[in-house]
This record gives sequence, structure tokens and C-alpha cells, in this order.
Amino acid sequence: MFQGRKLLVTGGTGSIGNSICSYFSNNGCDDVYSTTTNINKIKSNQDYIKFKELDLNNIKNINLEQLFDFDIDYLVLNAGLNRDNIFLRMTPEDWSSVINVNLNSSFYLLKYFVKKMIKKRFGRVIFISSVVAHTGNPGQVNYTASKSAISGMVKSLALELSTRNITVNSVAPGFIKSNMTDKLNEDQKNAILERIPMKKLGDSSDIAKAVGFLCSENANYITGQTLHVNGGLALI
Amino acid sequence: MSDIEERVKKIVVEHLGVEEAKIQSDSKFIDDLGADSLDTVELVMAFEEEFGCEIPDDAAEKIVTLKDAVTYLTANSN
Repeated sequence: MFQGRKLLVTGGTGSIGNSICSYFSNNGCDDVYSTTTNINKIKSNQDYIKFKELDLNNIKNINLEQLFDFDIDYLVLNAGLNRDNIFLRMTPEDWSSVINVNLNSSFYLLKYFVKKMIKKRFGRVIFISSVVAHTGNPGQVNYTASKSAISGMVKSLALELSTRNITVNSVAPGFIKSNMTDKLNEDQKNAILERIPMKKLGDSSDIAKAVGFLCSENANYITGQTLHVNGGLALI
Repeated sequence: MSDIEERVKKIVVEHLGVEEAKIQSDSKFIDDLGADSLDTVELVMAFEEEFGCEIPDDAAEKIVTLKDAVTYLTANSN
């Protein structure tokens, strides 16, 4: 499906990032690039992924031309972090690190790669958003702010780039089994399951397939959209 | 016509698909030659490639006519 194409996924050591890399690789993509903050986090079964060490919190000081001396067809902005706390206890650092990594880093990566996509007259940009961007979530003022900002970015960028055969979409996962949900305790997990009509957490491969669809030829006429993958948790 | 002007004109003709005869040195890419704002970014990218130089964003924004491009590239190309 992705023969001859090149993919870059930020945050490839996380569960969703890893699933996306493996889905594309299994479907013919030979050049799978990814970034991670810490090269030691790379797992032994990820040797097919060409990793670049990149601290997204510090991206504005990085020479991207040196780091990424290649062009890509698919850019998946997946890396994200959360620093949850009720708003009144949230520190300015909690706020700015989440905004920096989840939102601001995309600005720099897109500035760099969209230019190359324009030249090629082809590009697929996928943001990984979140259901909470659309519903809100107590304790995640910073995280939800960063993710809902993405919605606006997706739409405006999609409009700007539509004449150059570049589509821009996002995938909004619900509760997916991941490093983030592993941190929840049993009571929290049960409370979540009760709210999900399908009564199960999603799998990271469910997100990878949605990303794959949006990058595939089946989605050539889809741009500026958010695809919700959440087991019915929120119907938006 | 200088060599630089000729090369710039060739890029504009190819990229915007306009007839060479229609391009005056003070024709504006957007107002007179039918370019959209992304076209102007692409023109600058093509100039950079052709002349082996980097045109910073603040300078690129000021290149709105053929003459602007020729003046900038005469002063800055390798």
C-alpha cells in the first residue's frame, strides 16, 4: 500500500507511534523514520525504524536540515506528553512543556517538511489528537488546550495546502491501551470502561489503521478532517 | 537582458505558465501574472535552487516582481 513512500512518525517508541511504524512497514513502506527523546528507549524489535534523537521541547534550537537530510511523503505528528494536575495546581512548567511538545514542535516540523512536500506536489500530514480535545477533561487543561489547538491548525493548513495535493487530517484516539493508560489504577480503568459503549479500551493498532487509511489512496479526497477512533465514547 | 534576468524569467514562465512576452520587469507575480501566495513561495524556492543561495523569509516577502528578484539575486547569488 505504501511502496516507494517515506514516513516520519514523531515519538516512535511510544505504543501508538510504534504501532504506526509497524503498520506502515508491514504494508510496504521501506523508509520508516522516527524520532525519540532518548535513543535508549528504542526496543529490540524496532531495528527496521531509522531513529533520530530529537528533544521536541528544544526543537527551535535544532538544525532540522542536518537532522533530517531527506524528504518524506507522510508526516505523522504523534509525539505527545501529559503533565496532569488540577488547574490551580498546574505549574507554568507543566503548561509550557506540554504546549511546547504537543503543539509548538509541530510548527517547526511542518515549516521544514511542508516545503519539501510542496516541491513534490504530494504529502500526507496526520496529527494525533485526542478525544479529550473535543470533550474536555478535568486535570488536563494543558493537554486538552494543546490538542484542541491542533484542530484549528489542521483545518487552516488543509485549506492552505489543498491545491498542492497535500492533505492534512487528524486522528483522535479515545482511550487506547498505552503507556499513558497503563498509569491509571483499576478503579480509574473501570470508570472509563463504563463510559465506553464498546466496553473495551482501544488498541494502538486501531489508531495505526486509521492513520494508514488517511495516508492511503482511499483517502485522497479527504482533508481538514478529524477521524475519531474511540469505541463510541464521544460522538462528535 | 542580463543573464540573471533571463534565468529568473525562465523560472517564472515555467512555474506560472505565462507567456514570456507578457512579463514586464515590474509585473507583479500575484496582481499581474496570476500567481497565488503559495506560488510566490515556490518561485522563491526555485530561485534558491537555480542560484544556489538561501533567501531568508523577510527578503522573500519583498520579492513581488521580476525586477525585485533580479535585484536581490544580482546582489546575493553566488
